[in-house]
Amino acid sequence: MTSAVELSGITKRFGDVVAVDNVDLSIADGEFFAMLGPSGCGKTTTLRLIAGLEFPTEGSLSIFGQEVGTLTPDKRPVNTVFQNYALFPHLTVLENVGFGLKMQGVDKETTRSRSMEMIELVQLDGLAKRKPSQMSGGQQQRVALARALVNQPKVLLLDEPLGALDLKLRQEMQLELKKLQRDVGISFVFVTHDQEEALTMADRIAVMDDGKLLQVATPEEIYERPANRFVADFIGQTNLLEGTVSDAETVILENGISVRAKNGFTAGTHVAVSLRPERAHIQSQGEFEEGWSHVNGSVETVTYLGNALIYGIKLDWMDLEVREENHPGVELHRPGAEITVSWDPEAISVVSD
Amino acid sequence: MSTSVEPRGWAKAALHVNGWFVYMFFYAPIVLLVIYSFSNSRNVGTWGGFTLDWYRDFFDSSNARGALSNSVKIAIFSTIISVALGTMAALSLERFTFRGKKVFDALLYLPIIIPDVTMAVMMLLFFGEFFDVLDALFGLGLRKGFWSISISHIAFNISFVSVVVRARLAGMDTDLEEAAIDLYASRWKAFRYVTFPQIVPGIAGGALLAMTLSLDDVVITQFVAGPGWTTLPVYVFGLIRKGVTPLINAVSVTMLVVSMLLVVLSIVAQRVRRSG
Repeated sequence: MTSAVELSGITKRFGDVVAVDNVDLSIADGEFFAMLGPSGCGKTTTLRLIAGLEFPTEGSLSIFGQEVGTLTPDKRPVNTVFQNYALFPHLTVLENVGFGLKMQGVDKETTRSRSMEMIELVQLDGLAKRKPSQMSGGQQQRVALARALVNQPKVLLLDEPLGALDLKLRQEMQLELKKLQRDVGISFVFVTHDQEEALTMADRIAVMDDGKLLQVATPEEIYERPANRFVADFIGQTNLLEGTVSDAETVILENGISVRAKNGFTAGTHVAVSLRPERAHIQSQGEFEEGWSHVNGSVETVTYLGNALIYGIKLDWMDLEVREENHPGVELHRPGAEITVSWDPEAISVVSD
Repeated sequence: MSTSVEPRGWAKAALHVNGWFVYMFFYAPIVLLVIYSFSNSRNVGTWGGFTLDWYRDFFDSSNARGALSNSVKIAIFSTIISVALGTMAALSLERFTFRGKKVFDALLYLPIIIPDVTMAVMMLLFFGEFFDVLDALFGLGLRKGFWSISISHIAFNISFVSVVVRARLAGMDTDLEEAAIDLYASRWKAFRYVTFPQIVPGIAGGALLAMTLSLDDVVITQFVAGPGWTTLPVYVFGLIRKGVTPLINAVSVTMLVVSMLLVVLSIVAQRVRRSG
């Protein structure tokens, strides 16, 4: 099956700056795909390349098998939901939504009825005559979605679609966007810097940094088996314990103790063991689960979150963060307490640079 | 809602008085001008009973009527051309990058900064040479008058129009144009349906400014007008030299009414656009 979007060897330079560096990427039809990374990592440029708002310096880009590398946006079966929506302020909701059809020369009656249908789909019935400035952020977001989807694109591109909304609305819209994507059945490609948003919504995530594609995988894989140190650190919280590979089962940590850690690196490679705060467990010193790796340390800080406790742990050679769920009867450790941190060797991952 | 920073007591009273002073300063001369334009006395400062004679004199005088119609023709023509060119200059500077952009930008502001007299002398020299050259090359036989005045007005008005339009363009997101292009608009259609409606208030403001400046200009016009050609402000200026009569008041009031009408029209036009 041909993929919805296929990038091979795509590079984009602005003068001396390499914004996108030799990216190979394949997005399947009907997929909810996230591009994630810190600002300036090249994710938005990649999206704009797919949209046709930028042209690649090198490489080939195809949409459903058709090479579109240097085609202008109007010749591509994709539409974009812009960051901050870019609604036309002088036009009503109906005119905004109908704009694409009007430009394509669709007759007035069809334009009107299809626009009205789309306005209903995004639940804005009755607001068709409003101007964008008379609507809330969430409503404007829906107009932007309707304006893009009314053209029946094969792929919808979304640039930080929820970035301008407040937290509660953002969470609502996350679910709604997913539902909308299932309803229309096309691929949604969205750019975000919010790893939680990417984990919640996407079928697959591409993590980018400095123009390079670091990992493309499902949210579970990205979280459980990060491709490298950057991905481990960027997705969720983690502790990185520096060390050196001894063999395929063992890593020797900085302080000289060896821990069990399955890895695919050759002996002597400098690596880090990624230990998620919620995967570690604290007990009084000397106590740990049978077969678990363990290190001794002392409690430095305790942060009470209600549903959980965050412990700042001081080891001889580094600091750790450990998260314990706040069950009834859970043992509380005070700052200064001597403790043992232990973890299941299966619950960690080993990453290099 | 009253807050602690709102002035009270004598400070408030002083501010009120100040306000009235400012209004008086602005409008008292205008009111006096209007009153004395109806005065039946040859002396400008004395009231000699109500009359419309000065207006009749003004409209009877073929020189004055000629000057008025010249002024209006030049204002309309130079405004249309300078709005078109100024808007294009603004678009090029705000939306595109090209070689020599900074130089172009700086040069565009020059007519605003240069003193009128300097500009006038430059224009005079320019037309002295330029029209001769055109005549020699193409036998156009252009003469000073309508063309030299219009070209001079266009020259300085392009700067003012582009400044006003640029301010409007700068406040407009480039996202909007990209969105239009993403929604299958050609570059022209994106301008026609998205950019242009957004900057219309700027263009209207620029046009109004250009028209006012053109109707108003004395110095440059006087230098480049050539024999037998005059605009209304230059005509008024000429009258003063022969001695001040209330005719000048009548002419001035007429100009005042014309410019006020322009302002009101532009406001009405913008209202209609907004509600429509």
